[in-house]
Amino acid sequence: MSKEIPVIWLAGASCTGCSVSLLNTASPTIKNLLVDEVIPGVHINLRFHQTIMAGAGDQVIEEMEKTARELTGSFVLIIDGAIPSGEKAGYCVIGERDGKPVTMETWLEELAGAAMAVLAVGTCASFGGIPAASPNPGNCQPVTKVLEAKGIKTPVVNVPGCPPHPDWVVGTIASILLNGLPTAADLDDNLRPLAFYGKLIHENCPRRAYFDEGKFAKKFGDEGCLYELGCKGPITYADCPLRRWNSGTNWVIGAGAPCNGCTQPEFPDNTSPFYEKLQDVDLPVVGAYWLPAKEEN
Amino acid sequence: MSKIIIDPITRIEGHLKIETTVEDGVVKDARSTGNLFRGFELILRGRDPRDAQVITQRICGVCPQSHGAAAAFNLDSAFGISDKIPDNGRILRNLIQGTHVTQDHILHFYHLAALDYVDITDVAKYEGGDSALNSVKDFIVRGELGPFVPRYEGDYRLPTEVNQMACAHYLKALEIRRIGHEMVSLLSGKIPHSVGIVPGGVTITPTVDLITTYLWKLRILQDFINNVYIPDVLAVAGVYSDYCEIGAGCGNLLSYGAYDLDGTSPDYTTRKRLFYQGTVSTDLKPGKLDISKINENVTHSWYENATTGRHPSMGDTKPELGKEDAYSWVKAPRYDGKVYEVGPLARVAVTYANGDPEMKKLVESSLTALNAQPSALFSVMGRHLARALSAKFIADACEKWILELKPGEPTYVEYEIPDESAGFGITDAARGALGHWIEIKDKKIANYQCVVPTTWNASPRDDNENPGPIEQAIMGTRIKDKDNPFEIERIVRSFDPCLACAIH
Repeated sequence: MSKEIPVIWLAGASCTGCSVSLLNTASPTIKNLLVDEVIPGVHINLRFHQTIMAGAGDQVIEEMEKTARELTGSFVLIIDGAIPSGEKAGYCVIGERDGKPVTMETWLEELAGAAMAVLAVGTCASFGGIPAASPNPGNCQPVTKVLEAKGIKTPVVNVPGCPPHPDWVVGTIASILLNGLPTAADLDDNLRPLAFYGKLIHENCPRRAYFDEGKFAKKFGDEGCLYELGCKGPITYADCPLRRWNSGTNWVIGAGAPCNGCTQPEFPDNTSPFYEKLQDVDLPVVGAYWLPAKEEN
Repeated sequence: MSKIIIDPITRIEGHLKIETTVEDGVVKDARSTGNLFRGFELILRGRDPRDAQVITQRICGVCPQSHGAAAAFNLDSAFGISDKIPDNGRILRNLIQGTHVTQDHILHFYHLAALDYVDITDVAKYEGGDSALNSVKDFIVRGELGPFVPRYEGDYRLPTEVNQMACAHYLKALEIRRIGHEMVSLLSGKIPHSVGIVPGGVTITPTVDLITTYLWKLRILQDFINNVYIPDVLAVAGVYSDYCEIGAGCGNLLSYGAYDLDGTSPDYTTRKRLFYQGTVSTDLKPGKLDISKINENVTHSWYENATTGRHPSMGDTKPELGKEDAYSWVKAPRYDGKVYEVGPLARVAVTYANGDPEMKKLVESSLTALNAQPSALFSVMGRHLARALSAKFIADACEKWILELKPGEPTYVEYEIPDESAGFGITDAARGALGHWIEIKDKKIANYQCVVPTTWNASPRDDNENPGPIEQAIMGTRIKDKDNPFEIERIVRSFDPCLACAIH
C-alpha cells in the first residue's frame, strides 16, 4: 500500500517564479512529482495550488479547509511569496469566507498551525525578499516572523533563492519523506538545508582562479572574475556553480553576469547595487588568497 | 438576479476574483478584482537605475524575460544609447525574449487552459500501451485526484480518444516548455529571473557550439508547435465552435510590436519590429501607435484619486485600500480615452492588418481550417489561436536570428549613467503590450512606472465608468449552469491573465 502525502501550496506576495522554477525539475520531472512517486512508494497528493489546479472559487477553498481540518498534523504546507501583515494584511487576499475576503496572513496562521511542517519556498517566503525591500510597502514578512508573532511552533524549513533551483525544493521534500524533518545539524542559522546552501558561490566558482590572480573583468564580455562588476558570490551561500541551472545548462556567472546574492537574507537591499563592487569590509574571509582585491584600494 | 463569484480564479498567474451579476441566465455586470499589491514602483525609487532590470523581472516569474527586456529598453533610452546596441546584442535580446515567450504560450494552452476543455478522467478507460498515459491511469485508480479534482463538471465535449491524446500532449508539453527554458538559460544564465539582458546589450558572447545547441533544441519546439500545438488548438476550436463567438470583448486591440529587426532608430514606436506597433479594431484597419495617448485611471482602483488620469511618465502609485467605489489593485490604463485589449491577438491582428505576408498566410490558413471569418478572431478561441500563431511566428524567426549571430563581435556597448534623464521602453510580452517609464535624478531612480499587459486586460472601470476588457468580454454572456460557470473561466483564461504583472 503506497503512502499519500497531502500538500497545500499557497502563494502570498509572490510572482509565481518559484512554481515555474519547480516545473523545470529535470529528474524527477514535474510529471513524476505530481502523478508518479516522489520516492518509491510515496506519492505527493497536491490538494491546492492556484496555478495548476483544475477547480476554482469556493470549491477549491473548501478543499483546502477540508484538508486542514481532516488531516491535521499530516499535511505539508508550502508557501511562496512574502506575507503582507498587520494593517497591510489586506494587500494579499485569497478567496472569501461568509462573503468576507480572507487575507494571506490569516490563511498562513490557520494552515501552518494545522500542518506537519512548513516549507518556505523562495527568498520572499524565507526572508521577505523583493516585496519586503525598502520601503516595504505591504509590511511584508517572511513565514518564520509571522509564525513567531502568532506563537505557532510548527517546524519551518527555508528553501530560498529568487527563484530556488528546483533540485533544492525537490531535494528538501525528498529528504523529509525519506529521513523525516531536518535536525538543527542539517540546517544553517537561516534554516537553509546545508546540503544545498553549505558553501559560498565563491568557493566553487570556475572563475575563482581569476580572482586569486587579481584578473578582473572591467565590462561585460571580458574575461576574468566578475567581482568588480558587482558579483555577490563571495557572500552568497548556494551550490549554483556545481549544480548549474535549467537541467545543468548554464548558470548566472556562466552567462558572464554577476551573482546578485538572491539566496541571502540580505537580498535585495544589502546585496545591491547589483552592478557595483562589494565593499571589502562586508566580506567574510574566504580562502588564503584574499590580498589582490585589497591591493587596489 | 443572482451573483456568481469566483475567488480565486485558478490556472492563471496570481490573485484574481471575478464577480458577476446574472439576470435571466445572462451576465449583466462583471467586476474584475486584483487581490495582491506589492508596490514595485515604490520599491524602485532611490535605487541605482541599472537595478531596475533585476528588480522588475521579479514582478513576474512567468514572464520575467519581457520585463528584463522592457527595463533594458527603458534604461537604454534614458542613458541615450537606444540606437547604439550592437547587432549581436539586439539579436540575442530577441532570441532570449522570443524563446521565453514561445514556451510561455505552450505552457498557457496545455497547463493553464486545457483543463477547461479536456476531461483527463477519460484516461481511466485507456487500454493502449503508452506508458505515460498508463501512469496517469494508475494515478486515477489510486483515487487521490488532486490537483485535477475538484473542478467544474459537465461541459466536456471531446471524444474519449481525443481526451486521452490531449492528456498525453499535456505531459509532452511539460517537457517541451522545459526545453524552452533550457534554451533561455543557454543564452541568459538561468530562468526564471535570468541575467543575460542588461542595459547596453547582453552579457554573453555567442559561440558556435552555443548556436548549434540552441538551433537543435529550437527544432524540437518548432516540431511540437507545428504538429501538436496548432492542430490541437484547431481541434478544440472545432468542437467548442460556439467559443469562436463567445467572449468577443471591447473590439479595440493595441500592440507595441516586438523583436527589433533594426536597432539604428532611437524611436521604439516606429522602428522595424517582427510584430508591428499599432492599433486595430473590428474593421481590421491598422492605426499608428502614439504612446502619448496612454493614461492610467484609478477612480475604481485602491489608489488616491489625486493620481488619476496621468500619462505613465508622470504617474504615481499611492495605495489607499478600502477607498470608496474602488474594487481592485489593478489600475485602468486607457488609450485615447478608450478601452483596449492587448495580447497575442492584438499583435497578431495588428501585424496581419499591416499586411505582413507571413502573418497573412498563417492567419488565413487557420481561419480556412476553421471555416471561419476574421471576426472569429475576436473570441475565446480567437485568442487561443492567435497565441499559437504567435508562438510559431516567433519560433520561425528565432531560427533565422540564431544564424545571424557573429561570434567574436561585440554584444554590449558601454555608457555613463546621466545625472538627470528620462526614458521609456516598450515591447510586447507574452501577454501583450508592456511599457516601462523612468525618471532619473542624481543618478538614481526618481520615478518608475510600469503599465503591463494584464493591467490593460484585467483593469476595472475607468474614470468614465467604462468596464475593462475582461469585464466587457464576460458581460452579455449566457451562463448555461450557474453552479459550473465554464463560460466565465474560459473567457478569463483566454486572456492568459497575470495578476502579479498587472498590479506589480
